[in-house]
Amino acid sequence: MTSSPMTRTQDGAARTAVEVRMEGLSRHYGHVVALDRLDLTLQPGELIVLLGPSGCGKTTTLRLLAGLEDADTGQIFVGGKDITRLPASKRDMGMVFQAYSLFPHMTVRQNVAFGLRLRHVGAAQRDKRAMEMLELVDLPTQADRYPHQLSGGQQQRVALARALAIEPQVLLLDEPLSALDAKVRAQLRDQIRRIQLEVGITTLFVTHDQEEALAIADRVGVMREGHLEQLAPPTEVYSRPATSFVAEFVGLSNRLSGEVRGGNVIVRGCTLPLVEQDRPDGQVVALVRPEAVTLASHDAPGSGPLSGTVIAVTFLGATSRVSVDLGDATVLAQLPTSEAATLTAGSRIVLAIRPDPVLVSADSGPAGAAEEEA
Amino acid sequence: MAAVTSVGEAPLAPSAKRPPGMQAGRRRRLNIFRYVVFTIFGLFFLLPLLAVARFSLEAPTKLGTWSVTAWRQIASYQGTGIPPLLSSIEITLELAVITCAVMLILLVPTMIWVQLRVQWLARTIEFLCLLPLTIPAIVLVVGLGEIYVKIQRISLSALMLFWVYVILALPYAYRALAAGLTAIDVTTLSEAARSLGASWFTVIVRVIAPNMRAAILNAVVLTTSLVLGEFTIAYLLLYTNLQVELYSISRNTPNASVLFSTTLAALVFTFLLLLIVSYAGRRRRGRG
Repeated sequence: MTSSPMTRTQDGAARTAVEVRMEGLSRHYGHVVALDRLDLTLQPGELIVLLGPSGCGKTTTLRLLAGLEDADTGQIFVGGKDITRLPASKRDMGMVFQAYSLFPHMTVRQNVAFGLRLRHVGAAQRDKRAMEMLELVDLPTQADRYPHQLSGGQQQRVALARALAIEPQVLLLDEPLSALDAKVRAQLRDQIRRIQLEVGITTLFVTHDQEEALAIADRVGVMREGHLEQLAPPTEVYSRPATSFVAEFVGLSNRLSGEVRGGNVIVRGCTLPLVEQDRPDGQVVALVRPEAVTLASHDAPGSGPLSGTVIAVTFLGATSRVSVDLGDATVLAQLPTSEAATLTAGSRIVLAIRPDPVLVSADSGPAGAAEEEA
Repeated sequence: MAAVTSVGEAPLAPSAKRPPGMQAGRRRRLNIFRYVVFTIFGLFFLLPLLAVARFSLEAPTKLGTWSVTAWRQIASYQGTGIPPLLSSIEITLELAVITCAVMLILLVPTMIWVQLRVQWLARTIEFLCLLPLTIPAIVLVVGLGEIYVKIQRISLSALMLFWVYVILALPYAYRALAAGLTAIDVTTLSEAARSLGASWFTVIVRVIAPNMRAAILNAVVLTTSLVLGEFTIAYLLLYTNLQVELYSISRNTPNASVLFSTTLAALVFTFLLLLIVSYAGRRRRGRG
């Protein structure tokens, strides 16, 4: 991402999207380290999603960038300018919150125009801009309604319009979809991405929903205990996780006992290449994605280390997830629905593992299917 | 990623529905209970007021007959060293306005600021605001006596009572405003406003305070009722407000019915004023 997308401005002119750089940011709450010397750079016009479990520091990062909290150490640069000590009101950032944050005593139009009013923009221009923003979020007909007359999804769209109306340099989204139901969440997620691309604004999005993160991000930053475990495009985070934490947190993984031998790991008779080639030989737990587990045969008599009994088949649409009891462990396999259609609980099947590079974990946790839900 | 499964809503079992006859019977019993309670409490409040009204309309010369003399005597009373009734009403109304204004200016920004920035001070502020509830008026007067001696060197106006009335109104106003503050998400609203470029002053005045309108109105109603009904402190500090004036009239008029007409007049005056304040506030609010 080397080019600098242009953001639309009120006058129809364009301005260059900015780079955001955080260097060595730390934040402590008493003895708890919320953020530990974080370095993160958002390229101009890029959408980075910070993903992680509760308390990993993702919201703290966003709040430090917004100026709603002060960093203990470190610096923040926006467009090359140090804004570390600038108050929130002077940072020129639009923000959408997890909680509904529209001002209840103002109409939708007044809410969207609020930031412009503070900037002493004339009434006519303010109104025009507010309507433009409402059109952007497909809510021009709701301009004269009050927030309590809108649904949750509509309120968040108005909040997005309000944040964008001031033409901020950076857009910050703090779990804006978490209070919405699944269908609205998916629709609004796509709408946010469309608008972000259209406006071309540098955006930091915080969520604990991995599906959301992988769906809209240019790059996903997986955080844990105040630092970034991995920052990479969604496909890389999913298919080549940098650490076992990322492998287990993003998506589903089967934890299968294995043995490292000469740069490979032997799992139930299958030889799989290692992501970390320099791993010393020894006993490990291999993290195998359900998609890497394939059906060898479902007519086989049922012997060998990867033969087992189907426990359940979950229909997911184009694919189905099959839980298989191997006797000493349970394995998840994600199969095309056409293949899984013939399987029922109690069927005996034989599985195979595709030789994709896998991560291994030294810890000796229980083998089986480890599921990390969004 | 998580599988999206839909869970159907189970239909209500027929046994879960109550027979309509049972519901109707229960509703009827509940309604009867409501009417009985309402009637008992209505009579409890209304009977003494009706008695006061009846006694205020008693003719001074002949018992058991009706007359409006006691009411006329309130308006026509001229006592030595006592201002006319209209002047006392005016002073009391001005006191109510000043007390409400000072109380709001003092309390609203302070409470919002404490909620937003110095939450560790919340308990202390609450304790200080509720303290006047525990101090008897006579103790307050003794304590404030010295201060009022100095105040009276500057002004002898009864309007100076607002200092002590603000203190007296603090507990009630604090409670009303605190309820309003907890009803809105102050932190999120203020952060949203700040991210849009609002200063702290703008956050308080244009974002938080307008959303506390109901709470502010309640605080105003409570403060107004306190000021309109206050007698002890004004009397002990030698000021004449409406209550002191009515007390003087009832004491100095040789007609026992005046005692009742003044009591009822004070009550009706306060009630009407509170009704106006409350109605005006709610009408303005109705739009949103």
